[in-house]
Amino acid sequence: MYNFDVERPATIAQAVKALSTEEAQPMSGGQTLIPTLKARLAMPSVLVSLSGIDEMKGVRKNDDGLLCIGGGTTHTTVATEAAAHYPGLAELAARIGDPAVRNRGTLGGSIANNDPSACYPAAVLGSGATVVTNSREIAADDYFLGMFETALHEGELVTEVKFPIPQASHYEKHLQPASRFPLVAVFVAKFEEGVRVAVTGASESGVFRWTEAEEALSGSFKSDTLKDLTLDGSGMISDLHGSGAYRAHLATVMTRRAVDAISD
Amino acid sequence: MPKDSGIGASSKRREDIRFLTGDGNYTDDINIHGQAYVYFLRSDIAHGTLNSVNTDAAATMDGVVKIFTGADFEAVGSIPCGWQITDKHGEVMQEPRHPVLAHGKVRHVGEPIAAVVAETLEQARDAAEAIEVDISELPAVVSMKDAVKEGATKVHDDLTSNLCYDWGFVEENKGAVDQAFKDAAHVTTLELVNNRLVANPMEPRVAVGDFARGTGDHTLYTTSQNPHVIRLLMGAFVLGIPEHKLRVVAPDVGGGFGTKIFHYQEEAFVTFAAKACNRAVKWTSSRSEAFMSDAHGRDHVTKIQLALDKDNNFTALRTDTYANMGAYLSTFAPSVPTWLHGTLMAGNYKTPLIYVNVKAVFTNTVPVDAYRGAGRPEATYQLERLVDKTAHELGVDPIKLRRQNFITEFPYATPVAVEYDTGDYVATMDKLEEIADVAGFAARRKESEAKGKLRGFGVNCYIEACGIAPSNLVGQLGARAGLYESATVRVNATGGLVVMTGSHSHGQGHETTFAQVVAEMIGIDESMVEIVHGDTARVPMGMGTYGSRSLAVGGSAMVRATEKIIAKARKIASHLLEASETDVELKDGAFTVAGTDKSVAWGDVTLAAYVPHNYPLEDIEPGLEETAFYDPSNFTYPSGAYACEVELDPETGQVTIERFSAADDFGNIVNPMIVTGQVHGGLAQGIGQALMENCSYDSDGQLLSASYMDYAMPRASDLPFYDVDHSCQTPCTHNPLGVKGCGEAGAIGSPPAVVNAVLDAMRSGGKDVGHIDMPVSPHRVWEAMNS
Repeated sequence: MYNFDVERPATIAQAVKALSTEEAQPMSGGQTLIPTLKARLAMPSVLVSLSGIDEMKGVRKNDDGLLCIGGGTTHTTVATEAAAHYPGLAELAARIGDPAVRNRGTLGGSIANNDPSACYPAAVLGSGATVVTNSREIAADDYFLGMFETALHEGELVTEVKFPIPQASHYEKHLQPASRFPLVAVFVAKFEEGVRVAVTGASESGVFRWTEAEEALSGSFKSDTLKDLTLDGSGMISDLHGSGAYRAHLATVMTRRAVDAISD
Repeated sequence: MPKDSGIGASSKRREDIRFLTGDGNYTDDINIHGQAYVYFLRSDIAHGTLNSVNTDAAATMDGVVKIFTGADFEAVGSIPCGWQITDKHGEVMQEPRHPVLAHGKVRHVGEPIAAVVAETLEQARDAAEAIEVDISELPAVVSMKDAVKEGATKVHDDLTSNLCYDWGFVEENKGAVDQAFKDAAHVTTLELVNNRLVANPMEPRVAVGDFARGTGDHTLYTTSQNPHVIRLLMGAFVLGIPEHKLRVVAPDVGGGFGTKIFHYQEEAFVTFAAKACNRAVKWTSSRSEAFMSDAHGRDHVTKIQLALDKDNNFTALRTDTYANMGAYLSTFAPSVPTWLHGTLMAGNYKTPLIYVNVKAVFTNTVPVDAYRGAGRPEATYQLERLVDKTAHELGVDPIKLRRQNFITEFPYATPVAVEYDTGDYVATMDKLEEIADVAGFAARRKESEAKGKLRGFGVNCYIEACGIAPSNLVGQLGARAGLYESATVRVNATGGLVVMTGSHSHGQGHETTFAQVVAEMIGIDESMVEIVHGDTARVPMGMGTYGSRSLAVGGSAMVRATEKIIAKARKIASHLLEASETDVELKDGAFTVAGTDKSVAWGDVTLAAYVPHNYPLEDIEPGLEETAFYDPSNFTYPSGAYACEVELDPETGQVTIERFSAADDFGNIVNPMIVTGQVHGGLAQGIGQALMENCSYDSDGQLLSASYMDYAMPRASDLPFYDVDHSCQTPCTHNPLGVKGCGEAGAIGSPPAVVNAVLDAMRSGGKDVGHIDMPVSPHRVWEAMNS
């Protein structure tokens, strides 16, 4: 990697200040950034490590009944501490990457990067969560803008994500055989007011809601109601591991399976 | 009662203690005082004219010792090829120059263009980024069939075409084979691809060059399966260093799988640069570099046909293969699709007429060479897929069709020039049917179907030829090396032995198994035997480890040397015992006069050899050290039958291996635990090829599967618990241990069983697609199910 300076702020305010330096780069768990640096694909002047900011860590339920998870909370922590409140989310976190990734990688890092094949964006969008930054709150529906694109401004940090807790939820994923990222994965969350379905890994525009399925499931929460629904493969990722048509098909299968898992 | 030591015992691998506790001494652990580091600037363009390489700015950067380009190696030899094929017209193959650093042209992504030697690796990388390379891009030659078309862009301008050779085997049989096809009652045709693989040993390649100005001695530390071969190839053909001034050390090596047999540019570079810079130079491959610079494996495109008579007897076989050589000829590349492939096409069957055609083709891709099995997996895959397809076309049971056509009498001379000495294919198939619980399959299929899954069963046989030999024959076939092995056994005064073997252990466990053999022969404890390998300064000569040859060839040399030791020790013992040599027998580590209690211990005899006070000096010399060279009279022919059971998810195309059973005949076995481990590892690689692994290029010659993000390696969770049996043993008739070799069997024997099982599962779901290419990924299965 190229040389850079490192800052380790202890508060969000210090971090925001450090990030005002030209070519500064925030780093949370580093599970994407460190390999990128090692491949010399990034050349920050200052790496601002967020791992020492305690106010960005932790899992708590707030007075409105939302599950609030700090942006700097590791997947392992979510897997254990969210389990009693939001088991579907905890199970998703428990199956991201491998133990090393889960012990370092964070919720905020994942959704700030917004890899089109990452797991967390499906949960955030599928839950209808709110992304809290150092300066504002952004609804999940307005947050994910495309492949590796989010509503975050330069230097803006995901400090917390507030999750409404569904009656039931399930995350179903089909693995890409090499990277073990989702080739396609679907998060289904059943709320009193309706069902949300978020698909990751499939689209060239990143995570998206499958609204037709949501409407059908909100009417009748049975996988059978999905059997005639299809997705268009033309906007889907096509690569060594699967065509767009295959990904579109997998999204329907994963959705049905998620519904079955909840219904069982 | 299993033995607890010696031949046949599952002695624990003594080398594992250091490997597992971090005390191994791998090449990257070797650091020489004052060493510099080299970074190779590699081409990111598959094919282009190299107009200029400007190093002026880079040379002034911090820490730079010296920068080398192709021009620095104009007076240096070409990286040599160790095997010359003569084609079906009697012409020798086309053999391009293979420079240490690209000169004039770049011919594959990853080819080194320049090398920066600097104080640190990071400084070398920084400077490499400042090198200005001007390349005029040319169309990339990627598809083999396009490469041999009239007017195709040439990878090497000085060759007549991209065709390396067009090999026919056995050319004289071609007419008779074609006639048999005309007379056939049934012909089955199959077109398939044997997918390109990246070997991926756990330890990437490393090379450290050192030069002693005072003596002019060169040393190369390298991750090699055969240091003496590297010494010869690099010394004689590339750098012009005589063997007595060049030491090559291959210390602990973390897996090779074939890709560490070959002599690579980086080895020649660090050796050359150490002298040019007058300091040691170290290169450690990154994993990314490994993907684009380690020789790849397989990559055949084949059309094969089988002719049968009305009674389903195989009457003739013919096969046409395009074999990818990549951009240059790696060390043994030409031999893999020919002599290691064509000679295996009879398989386990008494097909009387066989004709094999192989066109080897240059492309703008990484060179392709031997990878675990080397030619034999390609032969087995096409043959065993073809037999399965034939059975389904004819509506007969695939096992029954195989049994009907098995070779049952040995020795058996095949129509493809080799003679199988022993084997019992009926016995291994019987054993397989037992351990695979064929009878219980129908019930297991029902259970899967109840879960909405399809279940398939696939079987295949295999034959392999190990311990490639004898030297005079392989010389006629084009090998530019002998294929013997040597061993020196040195007995110390206090009775311990050091065996210096030319075989090289890079995971096989020779330090354990070779000691078991010698300990058994003398009747001493295994701990008294030390195995030394991997250093041309310590081991007199060696051809190294590949082709499952170590025990069959290297072990035989060790046995011959140990026999000489015992013969001399017996002379000394008979002198000490004042008895006739013929009356003295060696048992349990002591020489005894037969029928008496007069005895002298091993240690007393060895001490006498070095303190020869009471010693027959008039008859024999003091000391106890012997060397033997062993050149086998034939290959060995391990064989077996494998079965795979898969579950297929028809909605996603995901295939999981539910059972895998392997019944092998390896002849005699020294260490059953290690043999089982070798089979397990081979199966993992074979299943990996069948289901997951795929090295893929796009039409511009860019490597798409250039990291583990896209190159799928099998993990433990992808593999079942194996049912492995090697109780069927027909000992090899021509080596002293009766051993055959086991290192490659798993990788050779498993891919067809997996694919046959997947196709069986698909048929049970009402879809008969005839064939599906490896890797049988979920996407491919889904597409086939929905085609």
